[in-house]
Amino acid sequence: MGHDQKYVDKEYKVVGTRFNRPDGVEKVTGKARYGADASAPGQLVGRILRSPHPHAQIVKINTKKAEKLPGVKSIVTCDDMPDLTGGDQGLADILENCMARGRALYDGHAVAAVAAVDEQTAAKALKLIEVKYKKLPHVTDVDEAMSESAPVIHDRVFTRGVEPAPTKPSNVAARTQMGHGDVDAGFAEADIIIEKSYKTEQTHQGYIEPHACLASVNPDGSADLWVTTQGHFVFRNVCASLLGLDIAKLKVTSSEIGGGFGGKTHVWIEPVALALSRKANRPVKMVMARDEVFRATGPTSSTSIDIKMGAKKDGTITAAVADMRYQGGAFPGNWAMLACMTAFACYDIKNNKAIGWDVIVNRPKVAAYRAPSAPMAAFAVESTIDELAKMVGVSAIDMRLKNVAREGTPAPYGPTYGPIGIEHTLQAVKDHPHMRAKLKKNQGRGVACGFWFNIGGQTCTDLNISVDGTVNLTLGTVDVGGSRSSMAMIAAEELGISYDQVRANIADSSSLGHNDMTEGSRGTFSSGMATIYAAREAIGVLKERAAKMWGVPVDDVIWENGQAIATGEGHGNLPPLSLKEIAAKSGRTGGPIAGHNEVTADGAGMGFASHICDVEVDPETGRSTIVRYTVVQDAGKAINPDYVEGQFQGGATQGIGWALNEEYIYGTDGRLQNPGFLDYRIPVCSDLPFIDTQILEVPNPLHPYGVRGVGETSIVPPLAAVGNAIANATGVRMTHAPMSPPRVLAAIDAQENAG
Amino acid sequence: MHRKMRVSLSSTFELAGGPGCTVEVHAETIQQMMASLVDRYPDFQRLLDRGVAVSIDGQVFRDDWTQPIPPQAEVFLIPRIEGG
Repeated sequence: MGHDQKYVDKEYKVVGTRFNRPDGVEKVTGKARYGADASAPGQLVGRILRSPHPHAQIVKINTKKAEKLPGVKSIVTCDDMPDLTGGDQGLADILENCMARGRALYDGHAVAAVAAVDEQTAAKALKLIEVKYKKLPHVTDVDEAMSESAPVIHDRVFTRGVEPAPTKPSNVAARTQMGHGDVDAGFAEADIIIEKSYKTEQTHQGYIEPHACLASVNPDGSADLWVTTQGHFVFRNVCASLLGLDIAKLKVTSSEIGGGFGGKTHVWIEPVALALSRKANRPVKMVMARDEVFRATGPTSSTSIDIKMGAKKDGTITAAVADMRYQGGAFPGNWAMLACMTAFACYDIKNNKAIGWDVIVNRPKVAAYRAPSAPMAAFAVESTIDELAKMVGVSAIDMRLKNVAREGTPAPYGPTYGPIGIEHTLQAVKDHPHMRAKLKKNQGRGVACGFWFNIGGQTCTDLNISVDGTVNLTLGTVDVGGSRSSMAMIAAEELGISYDQVRANIADSSSLGHNDMTEGSRGTFSSGMATIYAAREAIGVLKERAAKMWGVPVDDVIWENGQAIATGEGHGNLPPLSLKEIAAKSGRTGGPIAGHNEVTADGAGMGFASHICDVEVDPETGRSTIVRYTVVQDAGKAINPDYVEGQFQGGATQGIGWALNEEYIYGTDGRLQNPGFLDYRIPVCSDLPFIDTQILEVPNPLHPYGVRGVGETSIVPPLAAVGNAIANATGVRMTHAPMSPPRVLAAIDAQENAG
Repeated sequence: MHRKMRVSLSSTFELAGGPGCTVEVHAETIQQMMASLVDRYPDFQRLLDRGVAVSIDGQVFRDDWTQPIPPQAEVFLIPRIEGG
């Protein structure tokens, strides 16, 4: 059935209000079942042996001693996971990342795995596996990896996007260029030109729940996988492809998820657990230790960025150039390309050019992290714009408003923007009381903007009405941020019933059609659309049943406020039939009442945000404390404002952690020095003030309720907002994130010494 | 014969005419446009394999190739992105 996805302005009864989440009770009472909370009869413990070297040839793996250890039931290496990828290099990279094939490419790369009857036996077996390595030269720094003298990690990688095509392999996987206009002419027009260089360090999504799964493969080729994931349908397809299973015979059930933020969009241990289970013919449970999460899952890129911008005396930016180097870990990625698309997206700059270099290093394969690649580019661009504003002599906000992108502005990646909300957020920031609050000694205030695309994707939803009139909503998009509540609200809104009559559940991969990953801020946009359409289909059935109960033509029945109403001549004396009354008779009027929808949701509206940050810097220690923080973001339409605010706050918090403390520290030996939360410092509640929020609603024209994604944009501005605040507090411009106490102190000292 | 339309490529894409070029094809839906581009520029299949999204008057369509392309619409091919 075709549905009109165009936005319609209307009054809501349920949408826009605040309800408790349906998964809340189980989570606060500890009953909720996460990745590590499943068990099966006869299950084994799976553990992985990881490379201690950043780059090494695997000369030989001898598993004989480990195999003889009582209690060991299976051991797998790459020989047990043959390459079935059929020339799909992306899939082959995933396979090689899950289990090394002849070479270890980073500290922590899996080289073998064991399944045993208990943890102790598995740990002992790992020590009995003998691996003979031949160490190879390594490189972990993005700039060093691009140099002529760097060891080339893959001899199959030739830089894409350069002319003439290179004849030698290198660590530069691709060059991307975006933008429009003539930057040379733009700089010639400028009264002021600024050039700055920035670095950002690699960070991890920092989800509290480590990766965990329970895999069980049967001799007939059927299999079950319980797993913490952002997308169990995608995991099913990828695992089936890697292991040669039939997709329909692999049932994947998503557990509750203790954070993902992009890091649980990729498989790591799951194919290995399935391979161990297949070999042992018993279920295998694997739970990553925290150090494994840091060393061998998918953090974000570290970067090195040069910015050049020019402006007229009135503040008009005439030209902007960004040259951005992003490392994607040990495999080719497209992270710098995303930076090119987002770097200048908030602004209408007549002449702009962004060049991106995707670089391979001996670090774990980078994965998406909330608005992937955008925060680092924004750190560089937004910091530079603040400097430019000071040179021009206008306020940071007026500088941005002067150059802000609007409907009709050409985006740096090509198309012309439709209705977008960046100007609205900046104006709201300008008018916000936070901007007028007085600052104390050693305090400074910074603002910054951010952009993220948001996406849609394949989605499938069922809505079933029970005989008592309560409703089961069956979703296939994993709930990472409260979407079950939002979907239940949407179903209640459409059906005209109360929120507590709807129960939303996430189905396993055998119970619904394919659903794409919950990523790209797509959950509420896509599943919301499918829920609206499924509810409207169910309303069609309800009207048919009411017509039958009354004995009137269905065309004479309308649906209003949760009940069927007969209209037209001769029906005026019929009392309305409620959903509950129709449901109670469903067995005698045609059977169960349901609605269903499968959709490729597309047309996700872009997300824009502006943030305000007040920071206090201790000049003795260089420690920065966030004293006040405000997020203003366009949500299109906030279905449940509690969870929209939660997304704003969560993204800001992660961005603040990135700005101030979080970083992967590699030694000269190429090994990660701080794979744990003691040495990798994420913010805790006591580190932060209450993150204030303001939701703006500029409707997305291609969603029935105007919804835009909200999950990612809020991590984009914080690095620059914090940096700008520190600059205003100290007079020192920080160009290296995180802006940790030693770095800030060194910068203050350097400025004082310079006189 | 479908309607003649112009499609512009993001500067990261290259066809005959160099990066960021604009070409003319005959199409009234995304599906028809893609088929026409592959037919006319066999190398375009490589770009499709890497991931292409379509912007129609500023609205980005990643997956739904059934979308109609209105007359005079601004059509851009941009990289197909994912998220976190």
